Amino acid sequence: MKNNVLKKLFSKNSITIYIVVAIYAIFSSLLYTDNLSRQLTNMLISVSCYIVLAVSLNLVVGFLGELSLGHACFMSVGLFTGCISSVLMSNVIPSVYIRLPIAMILGGLAAAAVGFVIGLPALRLKGDYLAIVTLACGEIVKNAITNINMTVESADFEFNGAIGLNTNKYGIYIKDVGELLPYAIVLVFVTIIVMMNISKSKAGRCIMAIRDNRIAAESIGINVTYYKLIVFVLAAFFAGMAGVLYGHGNSFAAASKFDYNMSIEILVIVVLGGMGSVRGSIIAAIILRALPEMLREFSDYRMLLYSVLLIVIMILNANPKFADLKGNLSIPKIISRLKNKDKTVKEAK
Amino acid sequence: MTTFIQTLIDGLSLGSIYALIALGYTMVYGIAKMLNFAHGDVIMVGAYAVIASVSMASLPPVVGLILSVVICAALGILIEFLAYKPLRKSPSLAVLITAIGVSYLLQNLALLIFGSEQLSFPQVINLPDFAFAGVQIKGVTLATLVITAVIMIALTLFIKTTKLGKAMRASSEDKDAAELMGISVNRTISITFAIGSALAAIAGIFYGASYVYIKPTTGAMPGIKAFTAAVFGGIGSIPGAMLGGIILGIIEKFSQAYISTLWADAIVFGVLVLMLVIKPTGLLGKDIKEKV
Repeated sequence: MKNNVLKKLFSKNSITIYIVVAIYAIFSSLLYTDNLSRQLTNMLISVSCYIVLAVSLNLVVGFLGELSLGHACFMSVGLFTGCISSVLMSNVIPSVYIRLPIAMILGGLAAAAVGFVIGLPALRLKGDYLAIVTLACGEIVKNAITNINMTVESADFEFNGAIGLNTNKYGIYIKDVGELLPYAIVLVFVTIIVMMNISKSKAGRCIMAIRDNRIAAESIGINVTYYKLIVFVLAAFFAGMAGVLYGHGNSFAAASKFDYNMSIEILVIVVLGGMGSVRGSIIAAIILRALPEMLREFSDYRMLLYSVLLIVIMILNANPKFADLKGNLSIPKIISRLKNKDKTVKEAK
Repeated sequence: MTTFIQTLIDGLSLGSIYALIALGYTMVYGIAKMLNFAHGDVIMVGAYAVIASVSMASLPPVVGLILSVVICAALGILIEFLAYKPLRKSPSLAVLITAIGVSYLLQNLALLIFGSEQLSFPQVINLPDFAFAGVQIKGVTLATLVITAVIMIALTLFIKTTKLGKAMRASSEDKDAAELMGISVNRTISITFAIGSALAAIAGIFYGASYVYIKPTTGAMPGIKAFTAAVFGGIGSIPGAMLGGIILGIIEKFSQAYISTLWADAIVFGVLVLMLVIKPTGLLGKDIKEKV
């Protein structure tokens, strides 16, 4: 009994949670005591958004095994739906801090609806064809948002998709990172916990069965279409929520930013973090978002360095010798080697 | 009626540029089974090579054009050797990410060398405009049409009749069997990259000649559109890429002229989605049955 509790406390998933708790504890204590540099403060919200995006995309790419190149469009849909509804609600609910969670849910639902619509045709396709359809859908959504023109006179609100949304002007821009951070932390934890528990649920097992062998999964009665749709919709929902958070943390948002380049950026995080690994996605999101900032002193060369690093990491990863080296340096291996050493020393005595 | 013909010719011209790029995507996909995301940026390199040699080093235009094609072909081989060859046996997603890395690398190299401001493309194709039944056709447009048609016929003949073309077809059909028949698959892949990149350079030259301004991210959008065209035609199929490119170019120009310039991109991608929903392997793609 006691052993079980211990096992649970030190399971892979719990360790992931501890890591995230530790990271947020360190940064928020630094932030609220005014010890965090401005550069890092500004990154907190965007890194949190990217963690949510990467973890949710990991559900599609890592758990379901389908390549999606349109994740940014869900974020964009969520951002604009959430932020605009937040502005329109301002007469009913005056406080932006109460409107934000409502806006997040609305944004998430809108993104999930778009995910459903994109998922339906995409499900007929596999592999690279699915990838190109998600890319195409992402571009269509981007194009559609840039063509929206909307005026609400009662709220004195005007939105032109081609220009973008000035969140500062409509009072939904939360400038103080300290005020927005609690929302970000809650969102990150909800996402991580949902994603980690899905892999242990019935649905999660079905999803992984589809990834490993679709035909076998189908033949034992798993409804492939149903589970694929669930994955698409769920991933879109979280991406949409992250979008709303992102919108409230930036004074301006334009649809053109959320193009396939951004989707690819999220995909890079997922792949470098390790497919299907929630912890990997989190760590990769932090490192990859922080890396360009850290390399800022090299200014012109930083993106160059980033791209070279990307290529080198992928090539090294594929090299069996490097994999052996990495395996030998992993923490469990080192611990077991230390234990063995103890044993041999004792035996020698 | 004049607008119609004008649009059709513009669409054909844009479509043949897409087709040239799509050929590179499809040939590489057919043999190496990888999505070469960096292919679009080779167009940009090709265009910059002309700017560097003609505008900056003031070489004669013909030399500049040849230089551009040679540089891109060499670049294609180099990229394949350095970035993709070590990953030959890796999962396709790893190769995709590497290709994205190469794409960023090319864009940022161009940014460092040429700066972020757009440069104007030199007038290398000096042809008089052509008037026919009230339709004004630019010399560049006509040159694009004629030269791409010639290149496509030559490429088809090359792949159908020569020994190398046969090796390429064999390698894309079954790599192991091709290797057993004495074909050097690695060399064939290198040559495929060289041909694909040379075609991209030519596309870059025509793109530069018709759209005049070049910046480091110029290659991205035509690259994505051409990729769409390759999938539209059935990725891996060479006639499919030609057909897909031309159809996509025509759709884009017609939706710009008759519907709305703002919605043109959405319409192009929408047609692709519709097409794939109706026929999941593209226009001329082979439907491979799954075996249990």
